[in-house]
Amino acid sequence: MAKMNYKKRWADLEKRIVVSPEGEEFEVDPMQDYFCDAKPRVHPPNKIAPLEKFANWCRAESIYILGFGTGCGAIEMRPLSSAMYDAYRFGVNWRATPRQATVFVIGGYASVKTMKRIVRSYEQMQGPKFVLGLCSCTINGGMYWDSYNTVNRLDHYIPVDVYITGCMPRPEALLDAIDQLKKRIKSGRAEGQNKYAENFEWYKANQKKIIKNWDMPDYSW
Amino acid sequence: MDGFSYNKILFAALTIFFTINYGLILQGIIGKIYARVGRRIGIRLFQPYFNIIRQWATRSAISHGVMYYLGPVFRFTGGAGILIFTPLILDAPLFNSFTYAGDVVLVSYFIFLGTLGMALGGGEAGHPYSAIAVTRGLAQTAAFEISLMLAIYSIAVQYNTISITEIIRAQQGGVLNWTLFTNPIATAAAMLAFLGSMMRSPFDVVLAPQEIPVGPPTEYQSQFLAMLMTNRTIFPVAKTVLYVNLFFGGVALYDSYLLTFVVFFLKTFFVYLWSVFVGVSFPRFRVDQSIRFFIKWPLLIGVIAVVAANIRY
Repeated sequence: MAKMNYKKRWADLEKRIVVSPEGEEFEVDPMQDYFCDAKPRVHPPNKIAPLEKFANWCRAESIYILGFGTGCGAIEMRPLSSAMYDAYRFGVNWRATPRQATVFVIGGYASVKTMKRIVRSYEQMQGPKFVLGLCSCTINGGMYWDSYNTVNRLDHYIPVDVYITGCMPRPEALLDAIDQLKKRIKSGRAEGQNKYAENFEWYKANQKKIIKNWDMPDYSW
Repeated sequence: MDGFSYNKILFAALTIFFTINYGLILQGIIGKIYARVGRRIGIRLFQPYFNIIRQWATRSAISHGVMYYLGPVFRFTGGAGILIFTPLILDAPLFNSFTYAGDVVLVSYFIFLGTLGMALGGGEAGHPYSAIAVTRGLAQTAAFEISLMLAIYSIAVQYNTISITEIIRAQQGGVLNWTLFTNPIATAAAMLAFLGSMMRSPFDVVLAPQEIPVGPPTEYQSQFLAMLMTNRTIFPVAKTVLYVNLFFGGVALYDSYLLTFVVFFLKTFFVYLWSVFVGVSFPRFRVDQSIRFFIKWPLLIGVIAVVAANIRY
């Protein structure tokens, strides 16, 4: 049964002729129509330094986290929105869509299957975007360092701004990491998006090395 | 509209600028109130400023076509349209830019325009969540618009005019001249409709993050989202000003400018607070429940208001 579904999923991505309700026939190519495979480009910072500094200050003080818990560490994100830790007072907010998020918190181990979603979500995020690697697993694989389906170093696949060690780190550690990220953004060093665009081939080669069923264009925004 | 001058365009722009700032501060205060009800410390007062500047300063953006561009523009036009066709302060030239004899009709169209724009823009984005959320949003908007329109019709019959300026003038000369006291039934219907339009708790499932992530603006990002966020700061203020004008006596120009602004802030703030009180106290309705609610009680009250106004005046 599972095999049949898998086949069907691949068939969805093939080029085909679709008949509209009016009887008009047109060709659908999902790989072209549903995705964009334009390569990312470098968005240099504003040349007027005070403006860029001001924008960076606002970026640091308004952090929209993508609500996508990739591993067990994501459970440490939840208490932040509760009354006890209340991350909102530091300008942290959660968004349900990568389009509107600026910070991606990789919550712990990234399995190969999740990696595909991580890459796609990361690429869909706009603008200066930042990544927090939560838990030891994102640094060196942690307790999964010799696992058959877990990546060891996250920054081989997407650029990471701040790491948080521990298994599991406390929510306070996450708050501290957000504080570190703010300092990094304010100093203008958090240019992960441009780093990704500049070293795009290297990142893509690394991603393709571990993701075997690459059923998407190279770059899906 | 008595005579056109280019000053009016400047005044309209200033009105919008003033409202954006007022709206952002108001958002901060309301966010704080929400947090305190939930026993949190809550956002900083100026957090909405950070959010909106951050959003405008995004470096990359993706468009999905013409309607995707025009969606936020429509939405902004809805908010700004209400604002510049409604007198914020009676007889003050700066805050009266484009008021004219039939503005209450035009303004009620503008209330709907934004949601329609989102329907077109969200549809072009191609995300299924956008389409379904817009459909639900439009259904809910249509439901509460009916009772609002009935209330407006009732007070139009009462004051025998469809000019907002005239309606405010008729309410001058004491608190008991306000529509709130001269036509409480219409006010009740309109205040229930107000809850629906403010996108707060019982009726905000349209943009609830749980069911359908983010709702209509799912695919909106960067400057497109910044445009929507700007509208989201001015639209509630514009609606509140409209309600203050129609039902709470408007804001007259007093001898002291300070007093005028204090009255303006107090009136708009407390009318706005009505939606916040209900918002923090009540859980969400599903869309079908909220539509049933709107076509039951507010509609009934609205019909009574129209009948009563026709009998009495």
